[in-house]
Amino acid sequence: MAMATKTRRPFNIFRWFASTGWRHLVGLAVCSFAVFPLLYILSTSLYPNNDINNTTALFADVSPANYISLLDQESRPFGRWYLNTVYIGIVTSVGSVFLSALAAFAFSRLRFKGRRPGLLSLILMQMFPSILGLVAIYSLLSDVGRVFPILGLNSQIGLMMVYLGGSLGAGTYLMYGFFNTVPKEIDEAATIDGASHARIFFSIILRLVAPILAVQMLLSYIGVTSDFILASILLSDPNSLTLATGLQQFISDPYSKDWSMFAAGAVLSALPSVALFLGLQKYITSGLTGGAVKG
Amino acid sequence: MASKKLKEWGESGPSVSGTLWKLGVLGTVDAIAVTMIMVLLSQELIAQAALSIFVLLVVNWIYLRKGGLPAKYLTPGVLFLIVFQLYVLLFSGYTAFTNYGSAHNGDKTLAIQTINNAAYRIVDGPDYTIKLVKDDQDGSRGFLMTNNIDGEVSIGKDGELPVVLDESQYTLSTECADKYAEDTVNCAKPAETAIGYTTQDVNSFSEKEKARYLAIRVITDPANPYVGLRTSEFTIALPSESTLEFSEAADTFTALVDDEYGNYFAGDVFKPAVDGFYRVDGVLENVKLDGGWRVEVGLKNFETIFTDVQLREPLIKVISWTFMFAIATVLTTFILGLFIALTFNHDKLRGKKFYRLVMILPYAFPGFLSAYVWVGLLNRENGFINTVIFGQEPGSEGNFPWLLEEGPARMAVLLVNLWLGFPYMFLITTGALQSIPSELNEAAEIDGATGWQNFRLIKLPLLLISIAPLLIASFAFNFNNFTIIYLLTKGGPSDSGLTDYDVGGTDILITFVYKIAFSGTGQNFGLASAFSILIFIVVATISLISFRRTKKFEEIV
Repeated sequence: MAMATKTRRPFNIFRWFASTGWRHLVGLAVCSFAVFPLLYILSTSLYPNNDINNTTALFADVSPANYISLLDQESRPFGRWYLNTVYIGIVTSVGSVFLSALAAFAFSRLRFKGRRPGLLSLILMQMFPSILGLVAIYSLLSDVGRVFPILGLNSQIGLMMVYLGGSLGAGTYLMYGFFNTVPKEIDEAATIDGASHARIFFSIILRLVAPILAVQMLLSYIGVTSDFILASILLSDPNSLTLATGLQQFISDPYSKDWSMFAAGAVLSALPSVALFLGLQKYITSGLTGGAVKG
Repeated sequence: MASKKLKEWGESGPSVSGTLWKLGVLGTVDAIAVTMIMVLLSQELIAQAALSIFVLLVVNWIYLRKGGLPAKYLTPGVLFLIVFQLYVLLFSGYTAFTNYGSAHNGDKTLAIQTINNAAYRIVDGPDYTIKLVKDDQDGSRGFLMTNNIDGEVSIGKDGELPVVLDESQYTLSTECADKYAEDTVNCAKPAETAIGYTTQDVNSFSEKEKARYLAIRVITDPANPYVGLRTSEFTIALPSESTLEFSEAADTFTALVDDEYGNYFAGDVFKPAVDGFYRVDGVLENVKLDGGWRVEVGLKNFETIFTDVQLREPLIKVISWTFMFAIATVLTTFILGLFIALTFNHDKLRGKKFYRLVMILPYAFPGFLSAYVWVGLLNRENGFINTVIFGQEPGSEGNFPWLLEEGPARMAVLLVNLWLGFPYMFLITTGALQSIPSELNEAAEIDGATGWQNFRLIKLPLLLISIAPLLIASFAFNFNNFTIIYLLTKGGPSDSGLTDYDVGGTDILITFVYKIAFSGTGQNFGLASAFSILIFIVVATISLISFRRTKKFEEIV
């Protein structure tokens, strides 16, 4: 704003560098730091020979060979893992957003005994690191699995229930904040017009916060599909694995390490997450900073 | 408005379709629940079935009655929370006061069963192919046994001599007794069913039913009740000699023979000791039988944490590194993120969008994959970092030992965490910088402040007010950042030889606790849970302090 009042000066490279040019240098340096591991994995995935010694130059040779043989491995069914991951991710994220929305609606719109203690314990329970609950979850699922194998260890349904249970607390709390931003006058007006509570919840509130629900689902999807530890402890059958646990097999077994396969698998697994993330960048970052800068 | 009072929620009666939906969902849930309760009953789990029936009735009452709206919205979530969070919390809390672990993994009944199942040794004699049967008259359990040598068929019951059957009393199976027989037509075939007995399918057995068949001893010599036929996998009965005798009334095991390794002798009496093992005379220092049960040990696990000499040195190291790791991560990511945000917070800079897009790639890339990628990059012999960036010779063992020695591994972990974390800090500091009113900058410039003064005295304090809670949250997160440590180094390089505990140079508290609970042979869930509780207290305190500083907390308290 201050600049507009000044008279135009002739272009001077030194002055340009001092004010904006160096910023490009910093930008380039930081960008190379950020991107070189990703370029490395992309390059490895396209390099047709599983000889890590030769991968000194990025993109020395480009071929889809690794991708083709990746989809063709019987002992490591990559395609199956991919479907498992998408399936578990979608069911869990939709389920957790829906259940959190139900609970958040009650906390935000209804007044009842135990509302405050309820909210407080939601916050407190979140602070218990989930890794430390592994013993309890493992023994719970192994007990349940003895009677109902479909809900026990090595069952995807069991794993999904664990994810659901784990994400509900934080989800409810976040959603509670969002619901509070919808003016109460809207549902009061609808009540006068004769709408039932279910109608207000499904047709009014959920509609109004739909974009936030979508971002919540996306974040929950990314979180669930990146989980390594629960999935690796609860799933064991090669056909039921998720990408996070399956891909590891390519590099953990010292006798059959296969970096090229791993790299190809990593690129394919990361694509949806990265694409979604970049596409919805604006919403996600505003969600990150919203609480911080306005609070 | 005609009525003075606003209508209450739900007063306006539900619609027909809504009611149908509700009944449909509730009916499905009920059907599934009833099926599950039937299964529980068939497995003789009476208490669990009763609890399930109670929960089912409560759920139906909540949804079928009029009013009570909050419960209708809260119930699904609350059920999940009770099972997967409250139960988990309480279980961990309780476990911290027990000796639960691989040596004590169940209740006393299970321990007795385990000891009993191992308390025999095989002796010479014919072996039998068996079917599990139930007597149609009195319901007693037994084996339908086919002698694998002479093909004689008999019924054996616990504590009784076998009763030989003649050919009219049984039918043969169509499968060979010997699974590997080449001639499947003329091979010897075992008896399949017998008149007056019902053959049972072991796959449908509850654990309790299995235990009843495992307990059967068919005696073969009336003079020696300790030698008999028993089964361990339900298809074959072998002549075995009991080595221990359990007396239910006295709650003791008596040794019948000398132990082959000389640990105990015939006549020794094992009594339950306070540490959850059967020991000779119940004295703590004496020999124990393998197979313990879970007992409450009071504060012993916490005592171990604070007083065990073996644990002290590794624990101090792990704790100090945990704090160093969390603080250094927050500082490095924050400083780099802030520096970039300041650099790019410039109106005339072109290509900002492009830079921003590239820079948040590490944040968008799934974290577990990043860790694996970095493991490859940091490989000592052939990693990209050593061979390309530092130009070391590929394949050489003399290259820089990233991840293999303590100092470099710690550096590497921090470097990777910087890569993972700086985009987030960049995003939030950019947001915070943009929310600082530009009038403040202009006023400072007019007053003659230099750029640095402007930053240090105006921007930074304002920034910290809004960012501080996020920095604390980031600290709490990294304090327990299991994934990155575990996937990069598994806590290593391992410091073997230092103590009995498995501890490495980059182990933070949570990976150390994970190893206590899950890795190696001596899984100690009790000790791990005690640690969990202490970590929970630390993190909860830190988080509560940060919550207090935000308005969100004030809204509800």
